Amino acid sequence: MGGVYKCISLIAERITENKDFLTELDREIGDSDHGINMARGFAAVMEKLSPEDSDIGATLKKAGMTLLSKVGGASGPLYGTAYMEAGKITAGKTELNPSDMKAVIESAIAGIQKRGKAVKGEKTMLDALIPACESFSESIAHGADMIAALESACESAREGVEYTKTIIATKGRASYLGERSIGHQDPGATSALITLEAIRDYYKGA
Amino acid sequence: MVGIVIVSHSWKIAEGVCDLAREMAHGHEGIIPAGGLDDGSTGTDAEKIANAIVEADTGDGVVILADIGSAIMSAESAIEILEEEERGINAVIADAPIVEGAVCAVVEAAGGGSIESVLTAAEESREANKL
Repeated sequence: MGGVYKCISLIAERITENKDFLTELDREIGDSDHGINMARGFAAVMEKLSPEDSDIGATLKKAGMTLLSKVGGASGPLYGTAYMEAGKITAGKTELNPSDMKAVIESAIAGIQKRGKAVKGEKTMLDALIPACESFSESIAHGADMIAALESACESAREGVEYTKTIIATKGRASYLGERSIGHQDPGATSALITLEAIRDYYKGA
Repeated sequence: MVGIVIVSHSWKIAEGVCDLAREMAHGHEGIIPAGGLDDGSTGTDAEKIANAIVEADTGDGVVILADIGSAIMSAESAIEILEEEERGINAVIADAPIVEGAVCAVVEAAGGGSIESVLTAAEESREANKL
């Protein structure tokens, strides 16, 4: 079974387990569909992928294309583009070293920013991913291995999710709420954290 | 003739806007809806939009009108998918309301307007006063 298949399977499993939680978060500040949309998208991804898939780039592109088509909400084009961009730089690879992983996270962030035109501090998935990427890069610069660097990335992503509780949403449906969006954690940042934790757990178990 | 694609979260809205627009522009075959998801639920689907762009194009390009939220991001993703496939289709998104924009766009397109003039017609619909 391909490593990338196992890793995406674990992401899909975690997203599905958290479907109601993500939808509940989105009910508070959005249009209450984040968990439903993400679970539908990842169910479609798992139908498209084969356990034999091992080319990371091709598999991420297939997953990204499916998310673009099947999620339905804003997270579709955002996560879809993130996976597609990560797929572009991992073509032909069947495993990643820490510096490849850094490039994957960076290109995923670049994809999300290209599509959503958001920056850090706007109560989006970027508030989890950008600090995670910074911690990951710093950890590997200090010689950390993949698991240790991912641990540190998840820690920063978790802090990022907490930070989204303190700020006003300026993107998407939650921005209509203005100050009333304060106090709620961002569903997209939460699903980004869940994704990073699944990647970390894949490496811990691999 | 410049093609028109109508993107909405709801397939009913997309189909309905296309029905209305076709009545305003008899003989325009390239007015294509891309609404909702394949399972009928509400949302936007970049692949469906990309297929609609291909269907709408006759070589003169396609103007896309999209509704709210993710519709614009999905339309942008669709254009990128087609660019990566090197289809050579000139597709642009109009910064316009979909009902008024579609009506103005199809009239201009059916009259043989260029992609630039169809885009302008769609975007100028924002300025129309109703009262």
